[in-house]
Amino acid sequence: MTTSTRKSFYRQGIIDASPFILVIIPFASLFGVLAVEAGLNVVETMAFSIVVIAGAAQFTALQLMQENVPTVIVLISALAVNLRMAMYSASLTPYIGAAPLWQRALCAYLTVDQSYVVGVSKFEAEPEMTVADRVAYFLGAVTPIVPLWYGFTLIGALLGAEIPDSWALDFAIPITFLAMIAPMFRTAAHVVAALVAVVFALLAAGVPYSLGLIIAGIAGMMAGAQTELWLERKAARQ
Amino acid sequence: MIETGTLWTVIVVLGLGSFGLRFVFTGLVGDRAMPAWLLRHLRYTAVAILPALVAPQVVWPAATGGDFDTPRAAAAAVTLLVGLITKNVLMAVLSGGSTLYGLLYLLG
Repeated sequence: MTTSTRKSFYRQGIIDASPFILVIIPFASLFGVLAVEAGLNVVETMAFSIVVIAGAAQFTALQLMQENVPTVIVLISALAVNLRMAMYSASLTPYIGAAPLWQRALCAYLTVDQSYVVGVSKFEAEPEMTVADRVAYFLGAVTPIVPLWYGFTLIGALLGAEIPDSWALDFAIPITFLAMIAPMFRTAAHVVAALVAVVFALLAAGVPYSLGLIIAGIAGMMAGAQTELWLERKAARQ
Repeated sequence: MIETGTLWTVIVVLGLGSFGLRFVFTGLVGDRAMPAWLLRHLRYTAVAILPALVAPQVVWPAATGGDFDTPRAAAAAVTLLVGLITKNVLMAVLSGGSTLYGLLYLLG
């Protein structure tokens, strides 16, 4: 692979992740606003976003710290919210596991919902990509996301202005995730995995520490894998 | 008021822990082969986790205090449908967004 095609994979990553710009800007700003309201200064707020780089876990930790929950519980809860990152890591391993260690570490730091879903849908759709192409594409996908996460955390912290509720920005994340996921339903097994995961997510919504999500995810993955096996056996019999 | 010591403990430990979760497989497994059954499950990670993440927010949105909300549910359905038909992410986002704002305006 030549440098120019790798550059084009980087550029494609930027383009494919760009719809998320609409989501990241309000959510990063919101974190900045809430952190300052909770009494953090600008340096602390920025350190939070740069070191942790995980929206949902940051909101969880901030909320619990304000309620004076013991630190251990704050950490367990926020890490449980982030447990899905381990599943993303496992899912990315067949694609980028052969990359140099520093690149894997960099990609790990930059793994968020958005970069994961953009990356893995591309890697699935184009199995002929080399490991270096995939890393270039993944780094492209984080380019419109991560700098804006930092930047708008800062802007939110400095301006401290509330975003009006009437903008309904709470729903930006569900809409963009659904839009990203829709093209990934390539086989019946993908559809079954999603349906089972949704049913379990609703049934397990009351499970503490957001573990319902992990239960639902595992149930969906098992359903998908079993459906795939069943379809293979059925095809072999015919 | 959050104490400075507590805050920095949370930032550092949560940062390290989050990195650990993100690195655990890509870092430790690397290019060693993973068993076929595990790979078969991992193929469904994205299509299972992300809908599971979204489903409770669609059915019980935090913005309405957890009450079912027709504009949000309709917007989710339109986004998914347009995404399935067109396979175009931006088109799906725009359709879902206009459904949401349209219905919030009409029903609001």
